[in-house]
Amino acid sequence: MNTAIRVLIAKPGLDGHDRGAKVIARALRDAGMEVIYTGLRQTPEMIAEAALQEDVSIVGLSILSGAHMALVPRIRQVMDENNLNDVPLLIGGIIPDEDIPALKEMGVAAVFGPGTSTEEIVSSIHGLLATQE
Amino acid sequence: MLDQVHLLLDGDRRALARLLTAVENEREGVETTLAALYPHTGRAWVIGITGAPGTGKSSLVTALAKAYRTRGESVGILAVDPTSPFTGGAILGDRIRMRDLAGDKNIFIRSMATRGSLGGLSRATRDAIRVLDAAGFQRILVETVGAGQSEIDIVRAAHTTLVIEAPGLGDDVQAIKAGILEIADVLVINKADRPGVEHTARALKSMLELGHPASRVQSVNHHGQMIPTATPAINKIPDFWLPPIIRTVAIENQGVDEVVNAIETHRTHLSQAGKIEELEDQHIQIELVERLREHLLRDFFHDLPPETFAQAVAQIRARTKAPQTAVQELLALRGVNVAK
Repeated sequence: MNTAIRVLIAKPGLDGHDRGAKVIARALRDAGMEVIYTGLRQTPEMIAEAALQEDVSIVGLSILSGAHMALVPRIRQVMDENNLNDVPLLIGGIIPDEDIPALKEMGVAAVFGPGTSTEEIVSSIHGLLATQE
Repeated sequence: MLDQVHLLLDGDRRALARLLTAVENEREGVETTLAALYPHTGRAWVIGITGAPGTGKSSLVTALAKAYRTRGESVGILAVDPTSPFTGGAILGDRIRMRDLAGDKNIFIRSMATRGSLGGLSRATRDAIRVLDAAGFQRILVETVGAGQSEIDIVRAAHTTLVIEAPGLGDDVQAIKAGILEIADVLVINKADRPGVEHTARALKSMLELGHPASRVQSVNHHGQMIPTATPAINKIPDFWLPPIIRTVAIENQGVDEVVNAIETHRTHLSQAGKIEELEDQHIQIELVERLREHLLRDFFHDLPPETFAQAVAQIRARTKAPQTAVQELLALRGVNVAK
C-alpha cells in the first residue's frame, strides 16, 4: 500500500481572494496530503464533479463572501446527488459564530474561522478520517 | 473487486475514480481487477504531453480536449504533478486551467501525484491509462512536467508524444540538455504570440535537423537564413516521420486544430504496415521488465531480515566489505548464485 490522504480545496461563489485557500493547501501538503486545488469561482456542480473524479476523502471550502448559508446547502446537495454522502465538508473563512450550528445541521463536519492554526485543521482531518474507518 | 469491473464498464464514474485510487495506492487485489480489465483495453489513443513548467501544458490539454469533443471523441485526462520529496504531500493544480471542461460527462480529469514508490510512477500511470481506456475514453491525454527520466518514461507509454515549448524560456542548449526533443512526435510552440517565437522556432528546427539527419535536405542554414532546397519528398517515404513544429496560442484556441490534425496524421502514419505493432511491442517489453523488476525486488525484500540489510550497509560504510561482495552475499542468502 502506498496511500495518501486526498483533499479537494475549492472556492465557491464569487469572492476573488484565494490567499487563505492557498495557505491551507500548502499546510495540508506539508502534512503529507495530496491537495487538489481548483481555483476561484467554482460552482457547486464543478466542486462535486472534481470531488468525484479525484476521489477525495475530504472537501474543504474557503468562503469569504458571506454567501456560505446559500452555497453550502447547495454544494452538500449536489455532492449527495453524486453519491458523495460519505465525503465530509469542511469550511474555512469568514463565518459568524451564530451560523455555525446551522451549518453543522446542513452536514458540515467542521468550521474554521480566522486565527485557526493549520495544525488544528490537519488534526481535524486526521480525526474525521479515523472515525470514518 | 469484480463488481467494480462491471460498474466501470457500465460507465459508473465513481467506480472509475475509486479504481484509479486503488491503482495509485497499490491496494491489495488491484492487480486482479486490472487483469480482468485488460481484455477491454487497447481501444484508446494515448497522447503524452510534456514540456517545461510554464509552457502552457494544462491550457493546451484543455484546448485539445475541447477540440476532440467537437469531433465527437470522449477524452480522459491524467495530469501528473510532482510529490514533495520532503513531506510526501503534493499540490495538484492542473484543474485550475481546466475549468472550461467542467460539466461534460464525456471528459474525465484525474490529477496524480508522482509519489515515488518502488515500482515508480510509470507503472501507476500506465495502469491508470488502462483504466480510462477500459472505461471507454477514446483519447487519453497524459500531461507531465518534462523534467526528468520518470517523466520521459511516462510519455513512453503514449502512442503520440507532444513536446511543448514556449518563447523565451531558455536557449536552444536547454532543448538539447533536456533530451526530450528526441521523444517528440509533434513539437508545439505555445504562447506563439509572444516575442521571440521566431527564434524558438528556428532553434527547434535546427535541433530537429541534428536529430533527424534525413530532414537536413529540407532546408539549408546559410548565414542564418533558411533556404529551402528541392525536397526529395522525404515525407513521402512511408516509415519516416518528421515531427511537425506547430505554433499555438492555447488560451485563444489558435493552432489547436493543427495540433489535433498532426496527432491524427501521426496516428494514421503508425497504423500503416505494422508500425503500431512495433511500437506496442516496445511498450510491452519495457512494461514486462519493469513489472518483473518490481516483483522480484519486493519479493527479495519481503524475506530479507532488515538487520541483515542494515549490517551490509554498516560493513560497506566501514569499508570492511565491498558493495559488490555484499550484493553477492545477499543474493546467495536467497539461493541466487551470481557468477563471479
